[in-house]
Formats: sequence, C-alpha cells, structure tokens
Amino acid sequence: MPHLENTVLCRESQVSTLQSLFGERHHFSFPSIFIYGHTASGKTYVTQTLLKTLELPHVFVNCVECFTLRLLLEQILNKLNHLSSSEGECSTQITCETFNDFVRLFKQITKAESLKDQTVYIVLDKAEYLRDMEAYLLPGFLRLQELTDRNVTVIFLSEIVWEKFRPNTGCFEPFVLYFPDYSIGNLQKILSHDHPPEYSADFYAAYINILLGVFYTVCRDLKELRHLAVLNFPKYCEPVVKGEASERDTRKLWRNIEPHLKKAMQTVYLREISSSQWEKLQKDDTDPGQLKGLSAYTHVELPYYSKFILIAAYLASYNPARTDKRFFLKHHGKIKKTNFLKKHEKTSNHLLGPKPFPLDRLLAILYSIVDSRVAPTANIFSQITSLVTLQLLTLVGHDDQLDGPKYKCTVSLDFIRAIARTVNFDIIKYLYDFL
Amino acid sequence: MKHFLQKLASQLMDCNVDVQSKEKESVQVTQKKIPYSMDSLSTWYMSVTQKTDVKMPRKKRTPSQWQSPPVVLILKDMESFTTKVLQDFIIISSQHLHEFPLILIFGIATSPVVVHRLLPHAVSSLLCIELFQSLSCKEHLTTVLDKLLLTTQFPFKLSEKVLQVLTNIFLYHDFSIQNFIKGLQLSLLEHFYSQPLSVLCCNLPEAKRRINFLSDNQCENIRRLPSFRRYVEKQASEKQVALLTNERFLKEETQSLLENLHVYHTNYFLVLRCLHQFTSSLPKYPLGRQIRELYCTCLEKNIQDSEEYASALQLLRMLAKDELMAMLQKCFKVFKSSSEKQLGNTAKRIEEFLAQFQSLDAEAKEEEEDTSESQSKGLQKTDLYHLQKSLLEMKELRRASKRQTKFEVLREQLVSFIDSLAREYLLLPETQPLHEVLYFSAAHTLRQHLNAAPRIALHTALNNPYYYLKNEALRSDEGCIPNVAPDICIAYKLHLECSRLINLVDWSEAFATVVTAAEKMDANSVTSEERNEIIHARFIRAVSELELLGFIKPTKQKTDHVARLTWGGC
Repeated sequence: MPHLENTVLCRESQVSTLQSLFGERHHFSFPSIFIYGHTASGKTYVTQTLLKTLELPHVFVNCVECFTLRLLLEQILNKLNHLSSSEGECSTQITCETFNDFVRLFKQITKAESLKDQTVYIVLDKAEYLRDMEAYLLPGFLRLQELTDRNVTVIFLSEIVWEKFRPNTGCFEPFVLYFPDYSIGNLQKILSHDHPPEYSADFYAAYINILLGVFYTVCRDLKELRHLAVLNFPKYCEPVVKGEASERDTRKLWRNIEPHLKKAMQTVYLREISSSQWEKLQKDDTDPGQLKGLSAYTHVELPYYSKFILIAAYLASYNPARTDKRFFLKHHGKIKKTNFLKKHEKTSNHLLGPKPFPLDRLLAILYSIVDSRVAPTANIFSQITSLVTLQLLTLVGHDDQLDGPKYKCTVSLDFIRAIARTVNFDIIKYLYDFL
Repeated sequence: MKHFLQKLASQLMDCNVDVQSKEKESVQVTQKKIPYSMDSLSTWYMSVTQKTDVKMPRKKRTPSQWQSPPVVLILKDMESFTTKVLQDFIIISSQHLHEFPLILIFGIATSPVVVHRLLPHAVSSLLCIELFQSLSCKEHLTTVLDKLLLTTQFPFKLSEKVLQVLTNIFLYHDFSIQNFIKGLQLSLLEHFYSQPLSVLCCNLPEAKRRINFLSDNQCENIRRLPSFRRYVEKQASEKQVALLTNERFLKEETQSLLENLHVYHTNYFLVLRCLHQFTSSLPKYPLGRQIRELYCTCLEKNIQDSEEYASALQLLRMLAKDELMAMLQKCFKVFKSSSEKQLGNTAKRIEEFLAQFQSLDAEAKEEEEDTSESQSKGLQKTDLYHLQKSLLEMKELRRASKRQTKFEVLREQLVSFIDSLAREYLLLPETQPLHEVLYFSAAHTLRQHLNAAPRIALHTALNNPYYYLKNEALRSDEGCIPNVAPDICIAYKLHLECSRLINLVDWSEAFATVVTAAEKMDANSVTSEERNEIIHARFIRAVSELELLGFIKPTKQKTDHVARLTWGGC
C-alpha cells in the first residue's frame, strides 16, 4: 500500500511481518504479540498507523495512566463500547473491578454486530508498568484469546526485553518482535521527510546533514533530533531570508549555523533553558553567553546551625567511628595502627560512599564543632528533619523506628567544602581520608 | 499516584463549584465518587471551558488570550515528593496536554540542579523549564521589619533583646518568615497581656482619648513606671507634688509625654534611614549592610559610643565627591517623602549641601591650575644626593601648604552635620519617659516559648518537681531527695548517681530505703511483706517509665543491669 509506505518509513520488514500476522480480517491471529525496541524506534507510531490505515478495530491504552487495575480494565471496556456503538449513542460507563468481570463483560461487548467476525486488537503501550500491578494480570492478558474464546489479539509495546517480563509461574509465550534502532541513513531519510513546504527538499536535506553531523555522536533519539531540527531551522534560514546567501551556498550557511548548534548542545539539549527562551534568544540575537542555565545556580542558602548539622553529618558519614575521639576530644590517647588498619588503609571512605550513623553520634559531633554553646532546643532537632526533606540527608532503615534513627549524608565533597568555607570551618582537617 | 490525582481532582472540582454556585448548579462530589483518572479530568475540563465559552461570544475575544485558560498546578516543596509519582504524573499529563493544558510550578528549596537530579532525561525533556527566583530570605526579613517596626504607623515596638532573639532564631535556625511573624504576634500578645498600660499602645488620637478614661489604679501604674519616676525626679518640686497627687494633672502630662514619644519616633526613623543611606555602602560595612543591623546597633547602646560609628565617620571623611552626592540625593528623597515639619530645616540644609557640592565643579578647575604651578619643577638630571634633597623639599612644601580644598572643607562640614543629627535624634528609647507602654522587653519569656528545650524541661520536672507541681511539701534544696516526691523523681535522682551500667538490685534497695523512710509513720497499717511487694511494684513502674522516656535501656552486657543513656543532666 503506497499510502502506508509514505507514512511509515524505514520499517518495511516489521510492517510486513505484522501484516502477515494479522492476515485477513476474520482470521484468528496470534494471541499475543510483544514488540520491543529502544526509545523512539517507532513502535507506537508504526502500530497505530498500521491499525488506523487498515481500519482494524483496536483499542489503544497507555499503561502509565492506569495505576490501578480498575482504571485499566474500565478504559479498555469503555473504548470497546465506543467502537461497537458507532452511531453515537451515549453509552453508560462500564464499571469493572476484577479480571473475571472483565472477561465476562468483554464477551458481552464483542457480541455486537460491528465487532463480530473481526479480530479485535488491544494495544497496551508502556507495558512494563503492568509488571507492578497484580501478578495475574500479565499472564491473563497473554491468554486473553483463550479465556474469552473470542477473536482478540493483545499487542504489548515496551522498551524492556521479554526476559524481564516473564513471570515465575510461567505463562503463554507471545510472539516477540524487535524494532531495531534507526541507522544514520534512516534518520536522515525520516528527518528530511518533514520539510516545510517553502524550501526545497535538497536545502532541507543539507540542513539535516549538518545537524546530524553535530548531534549524532551524542544523541540518536529521533524525537530529540526532530525537536532540535525544528528549533534551529529558522536560524539556518536566516542568511537566505536576509539575502546574504543563496540556498546553495553551503559554506556560508555552515559557518553561520555551526557555533549556534554547539551552543544549542550545551543548553537546550541538556534542558538548561527552555525552548521558548531559546527561540527568544534567536530572535533577539543577543549574546547567548549571558543567559544562565539551570546548572549555574548551585548555591544553597542554609541557616547557621543547619550548616553545622550538615557538616557534622558529613563527618559522621565519612569518618570511621573509632577516629572520632582523635578529632573531637581535646586530650585523646594515641591510636595504635594495628595490622587491620594497615591492610585496609588504601580504601578511601570517599570511594565507598557514605555510611549510616546514629543520631547520637551526629549530636555529639555537632556539639563539639560549634564554637559557642548550643542549647539542645527543639529547633535543632527539627532542622535535622528538614534537612532530610531537602534530600541532603537520608533516613536509613525503617520509618517507624523512633528509638535510634540512622542517617546518611548525601552531599558531595565540593558542596560541603563550599558550605564549610562560609562558616570558616576547615573540614579537610577533620576528615580521616585526608590525614 | 492515586492519592495525588484524587487530591488534584477534588481541589479543581471544588473550585468549580464555587465559581458556578451563582448559576444554581450544585455539583455534589462525595468522597467515593471523586474520579481519579486523567480522562475524567480532561472531560471535566472540557465541560467547564465549554460552559464559559457560551458566555463569551458577545465579548471581543482578544487574540493574545488563551482560548481555554490553562490549569496551574503549584507543587510546594518539590524535593519532598516521591520521585516516581512526580515522573509518572508528568508523563501522563504531557500526553493529555492538548485537551487539558497544564502549567506546573515547582517550589524548589535547595538549588535548581535538583530538577535534573529528580527527573530523568526522558521526563525532563517533556517539560519546558523556565526559572524564576524570589527574593532571598534575608531581604524578606528586612522588608518585614521595615514595614512593621521601623515606622510610626504601628506604635508597638520591640526592645533590643527581643529583636535579637527573633532575628537569631531566624538566621541561625530556620530562615522561616512564618515563624518570625509568629514570634512577633506572640510578643504582641505577651505585651498586651502582661502590661496593663498597653491600652495606650494605639494611634495617638485614640490614646489621648483613652487617657481620659484611665482609672485610679491605672494612674498608680503610670506613677510606678521607672521611666516615669526618673522623669518626675527631674521636675521642679511643685510639679512633682502635683504629678504624684493630682489625677487630672497627671493625665494631661501623660498626654503630652505620649505626644513627645510619637515625635521622637518620627524623628528617630527619619534620621535612622538617612544614616543608613550614608553608611550602607561603605567598605567593610562597619555599621552593617542592612537597616535592621543599624537599628539593632542603635538600640543596643548610644551610637556615639560605639567604635563602628567612629570608624564609619572616618570612612565618610575619605569618600569621593560623586559618592557623597549620590548619598545626599537619596537622603533628600527620604526626608522629602515624609511630611513632618520638624525636620524641615534639615531637608533644606541637605539641599544647600547638594547645591554647594554641585557648584564645586566650576571652581575645581581653578584649583587644579594652582596646584600644577607648584609642581612646575621639571625633571632634570640629578645624582642621588640631589634627588633625595629635592624629594624632601617637596614633602615639606606639601605638608606646609596643606590648605584644604573647598571640597574637603565641605565634606568635613557634612560629616559633622550628620554627626550632630545622630547625636540629637538617635537617643536610646530607654531614655524616653513612658517607653514601657510601647516597648516589649521580656525576651526571656519569648525565648522560652519559641525555642523550646524539651530535655531541659524534663530534667527540671524530674529533678525539681516543685517547679511544676507547686506542692509545698516538695520544696527541697539541691541534692536532697525529698521522701514524698513522686516515685519517678526518686528513681531518677538515684540513677543520676550511677555510672554507665546500673545494677537493678542495688537501685531497688536504695529506692526502698528512701521510700520506707518517708512512710515510717504508717508502720502499723500494712504488714511488712505486703509493703515490700508494694514498694517493689512501685519501683518496677518507675523504672519502666524511665525506660519509656529514654533515660535507660535494657542491656545484655551484664545480667540484671540497665544501661544509662544520658549524662550531665541535659
């Protein structure tokens, strides 16, 4: 079908496989098909286009929205109802709580005239969310044809391979179809396909060539590339619009667009600034160096004692407990370096990550590093909890454990050094790894 | 996820009910029926916008407005959301964007990088992110203080210690403006509750009216105020007698004193702002960068006595002309904006200074010619000895002919003018009579309420039960254990004397000794066996209560021992 070939590019083999699986309208097809492939490899698009063009009765459900079983089943049934009652009669909402009910209602609905003798397709997109729902759901859908005794095929679309889906108790194996990634030639073909009508196809193809040259090394996601193509095209056309260069003057166009694309890579692609800000920048033609992206704002303001609590937490996480005496007491004894120490000295605590520590240790270190006397007021304790909600500390262990809560410090060394500098505290002196 | 959408739906639909209640549409949404799927939200949205569209055709639809207004969702505290819920919600809503336009506002408490940390690239690529920043919290504090305290609109003021307590809690503990405001409200409450004369703490005409209705008791209260007593001592003797006996005379005097207080405050704040304009941009900020720091310094002691003030004046004497002119301009604006006549001549003086500085421009060129003549000795070939001699001569010349330029003279005049202003008007509030009516100074109460110390309270209660129970029999000296104290107090005091591991048997014996000493009278009523059992039961109850409070904990290190968890009594 030429129409199909024009809309679905570079997926000829997959389309033909699917078509042969579907067969004639009234043929029973494979009970379940599992399609997987990387992001933006066209699974959803191809399936939807195919089903729409061939005008097969289908129901398309995105499993992200259906976080409870009821939502999923009701959506399927309601959409089927809409399909079967095509004269626009206002149908009542169907409620369905269990899978049993679903099977029963499904049988009822598919008795309708318009759905008889045809294969009904149920497409479940982002099927990996089904794994987190009830355990019987996935095997049930795999065998839906058998359970309902109707002509139905369930198509699963997912980015994760089938091996991760297979339940422990075994199930009916679906037909697994793989959508491979697009190669650079394919990408070029697809991107050049949607060129704006004002310019010639060659002009646009040259532009796509340049774009892919810059971005292909870092990004192969089709959606991203299309977004970038649309954003940067006006800038590319600017010399032509202003009359400085003709459409064929590739060198000039390249020189114009190249620094711009490099800048785009650092900002828009990394989502530092939004695309509307980018478009405004292009129109105003100001120096893009002035605009600060999200990552430029790393400074965090904390109250005085909270900074000390954070520093104490960092010290508690990265110093072994037995070295506390050495750092924080005035008159410590000598610490003998036993054999144990010598063997494990090479492993820096910073490489191993933060260790959990009990609350008492945190408070003890806090009282010893703050210069003045700190009264143990409720404010100090509530600050510890607010640091946890800011995700600078993490609570380790059970939520309900009121007796001895354990925490971990999750900030990096640079961050804590910046904070320690603002309170004139030399944290490097107190870290065991830098002795 | 379910709860998230339920909450969203219920809030949206309740809003809808309010808007349309005029049209007699009652949408009863019970708890069970709240739909929590995205589809139902989109259908609801479309139904709402279609209803409003019906009203629209008569009005002109401006093209810049949205055809259907987007729904704004504000997520306070982005970091405290479970990441999975947030990610799923963004994915779902981005798919329904064409039917249900949504704008998300994230409140971020740490730094914007957290957006990248919480949301993976696949999700953040669905968002169009723009950043906007609100004022830093310290600026908020300054604004709050500026509007509430540094103004004559509200007569209530805080003394220096109270202000210190509140700002310390803000800066050291939590950066929370809400808590600061609560602290202000608490101090207001305490003031009106504890000071009977605070009935006069309102705006001036009302206060004058209320003075006429003061009772005799109130007049006695006025006489007892220490600031009023100081004032009375300074008066002539007939006036003293009149003030102390005659009620009417006292009331008139109070009215005039209140008026003086009001005038004092007006002048005070004007001069304070003026001084702030001058000292806020000095290097190293001797008097602080923000007006609240200056205010605290002025409240603490006489500004003339502080070293920072002297160093600030020193630095002012070294400023350049354009900076001085800028400061004068700002000062002038401050004075202009107030409508007080008292300091009218101050404003005129400032205007004069400005004019004088500006006229200096014309004369500056003449000055330059003068000085250049004296340096007309060109460079000639000399040897070391001659060079030294000529340099020394030049130095002597410069020192001798050190006549100040006109600019320096003017600058000196300006600085002394500011100094005089400060000395005259920035007096301590404690020097003003009747200041206790307006100033709240019980910082200790405030600190007790705002900065609670639960451990200390617990220790006080257990150590010294008289403090809370107010039972005369429980009053005791430090270190003694009253026999009639509650069991838990006795057990607590005994455990304080032990080391890390406490032997339960010894402890119970000590407990029994103390308790039987109290009950020596009742030796006959109960047999010794039963009494021992009762004492034993009481001991076990006290120990388990102490364990619940967290002072001891059972340990396996030694049998029949418990470990002590706290030291030092706090």
